[in-house]
Amino acid sequence: MSRAYIAGIGLQGPGLAGWTDSLGVLRGERPRDALATAIPMPALLAPNERRRAGLVTRLALAVAEEALHHAALPLDSVRSVFGSANGDGQVVLKLLETLAEPDRPLSPTQFHNSVHNAVAGYWSIAAGSAQPVTCLGGYDATFGIALLKAVSEAIAERMPVLLCLYDAPLPPPLPDLPARDVIFAAAFILLPERPDACLGALDVTYAAEAATFADAAPRDPSLAALAMNNPAAMSLRLLESLAMEQTDRFALPMLDGRVTVEVSPCR
Amino acid sequence: MLPLDITHGTIVSALGRGAAATLASLRDRRTGLAPCDFAGVTAGYVGQVAGLDEHALPLPLAAFDCRNHRLADLALRADGFAEAVAEARERLGPARIAVVVGTSTSGILACEQAFQHRDPATGALPASFDYVHTHDIFALARFVRTALGLRGPAMTVSVACASSARAFMDAAHLIASGACDAAVVGGADSLCGMTLRGFAALELISPGPSRPCDAARDGISIGEASGFMLLERASRGHAGITLLGAGATSDGYHISAPRPDGAGAIGAMRGALAAAALPADAIDYVNLHGTGTRANDAAEDHAVTEVFGPGVPCSSTKGWSGHTMGSCGVLEAMIATLCLTHGFIPGCLGVTELDSSFRSGVTTANEDRPLRHVMSNAFGFGGVNCSLVFGHRA
Repeated sequence: MSRAYIAGIGLQGPGLAGWTDSLGVLRGERPRDALATAIPMPALLAPNERRRAGLVTRLALAVAEEALHHAALPLDSVRSVFGSANGDGQVVLKLLETLAEPDRPLSPTQFHNSVHNAVAGYWSIAAGSAQPVTCLGGYDATFGIALLKAVSEAIAERMPVLLCLYDAPLPPPLPDLPARDVIFAAAFILLPERPDACLGALDVTYAAEAATFADAAPRDPSLAALAMNNPAAMSLRLLESLAMEQTDRFALPMLDGRVTVEVSPCR
Repeated sequence: MLPLDITHGTIVSALGRGAAATLASLRDRRTGLAPCDFAGVTAGYVGQVAGLDEHALPLPLAAFDCRNHRLADLALRADGFAEAVAEARERLGPARIAVVVGTSTSGILACEQAFQHRDPATGALPASFDYVHTHDIFALARFVRTALGLRGPAMTVSVACASSARAFMDAAHLIASGACDAAVVGGADSLCGMTLRGFAALELISPGPSRPCDAARDGISIGEASGFMLLERASRGHAGITLLGAGATSDGYHISAPRPDGAGAIGAMRGALAAAALPADAIDYVNLHGTGTRANDAAEDHAVTEVFGPGVPCSSTKGWSGHTMGSCGVLEAMIATLCLTHGFIPGCLGVTELDSSFRSGVTTANEDRPLRHVMSNAFGFGGVNCSLVFGHRA
């Protein structure tokens, strides 16, 4: 069993604009507004990088910055684990359309923005950080896989780790898998030692026992609908439990196995 | 870092199928690069693996069929790797072995082909195109886990050309935290229009075979490769090679250009030495990232000189393999184990005149000498730097 402590959270989803503003919804005190996901323009990026940064980059940078401010940690002080099933589908689509024509040149900017770690690259530029990043893909299991990896890294390296999750649906004709309709990003600052300002403790284990969506679905049906339609929004069950400061245990499906998460309040 | 024993390894690239063929190509200084004729691209040279068009995946894995998984399948079948994993699966249990594999472009070639057969009326892709099992970034981890009958945690690591090098560090974290006892690490990247035409758009493809460290070097040759290693917690009986340390940094500088001062590369190399608890002079050979572009090789020369001074032999093996993108980390890790096991250094291939501005100990001829420790570098777009240290455990 691997234990880590949460010191900061960032969040952007439909009707969920930041951790503090979302607490009422996550605690079930008020309904979620039927608003589209806000896509902030990160002030961190230089103007020329801002121009190049696509939707998912802006989204991921916003939640990463929010989580680090929440944890009161310098932006360049954490290692990072980025998790995304789809990466930047808009960029990949433009390149695929160009590649379908034999002699059309590719855009060099789109090409270097097409790598799965482009978002993480823009993050390290924006944060002025030399800390290492890794970028994972795990299809609909991306949250559980990236959480297991981030907690492991915090423990193994004895360092704070930023876990940043983001996904947006692929544009047609690419399949609307595994993200459908919903644009979502969340970030967590994970520490190997309990911080003074602690939002919850996590015990994370992997087991080769199958689980289903229902084993990790958020309690609120409106939030469950988001989780069902975006791998990053699978973090909503954890976000609910942290907002309610409740003990919780749930199992995230990972192929024919599961990542079990036990949440305990720091009180 | 906890040392991790490499209990088995496999590699397929333009140097050949398996470790013995790879070693023979290195020893004979026989390049795998040949003029490119792939996906409509006829400029430059490529390090292409022969026989992929003919190779069929086993029937239960048919849904995964694409060039990238055919290449990965060849690697799993080479060097008795699948059998070695089966033995470990019996010993440790299938749930305790993770799959941590790197790729940059996954099975994108299958998607490129699907885009050439869109429905003229609706624009839809052919119904036969299976995105989830081919182009999706997780497809490689799924494929390897399924093919090897494993049930542990699985993930695809995608940090451009450092993907399969970084996979070693990610696997080490999982083993250290107890999430698993062993991991199949490695990766696969295969030829595709995206990579060939993308690097052409960046004007980084050499018209001839790539010649890293040459004064007149003029770019990369794209290659393809797949390789895997079985990493386990260090144990007493292990006589082979051990992963002793891993270091990684971010440049935080530019998406596709390296920091000219090499600060990120210096940090990764020093991080790997610190993780291995070794001084710089314990390294007997550095396998460079050495892509063959003017900027990359110059920045790496600067960085290696900062860390090691001029005395430590170093070379790039991309004159043999081409730049195999996300799989170069595991390819060059396998080459590092061959160098350690057989006591030799492969000097850079194809160099007519060494860049006279270089100050590091670049070698251009093969040399037989016993090696204690080898460092392998891999850097990638997004400013990702990763260094690994291999050797015999003390």
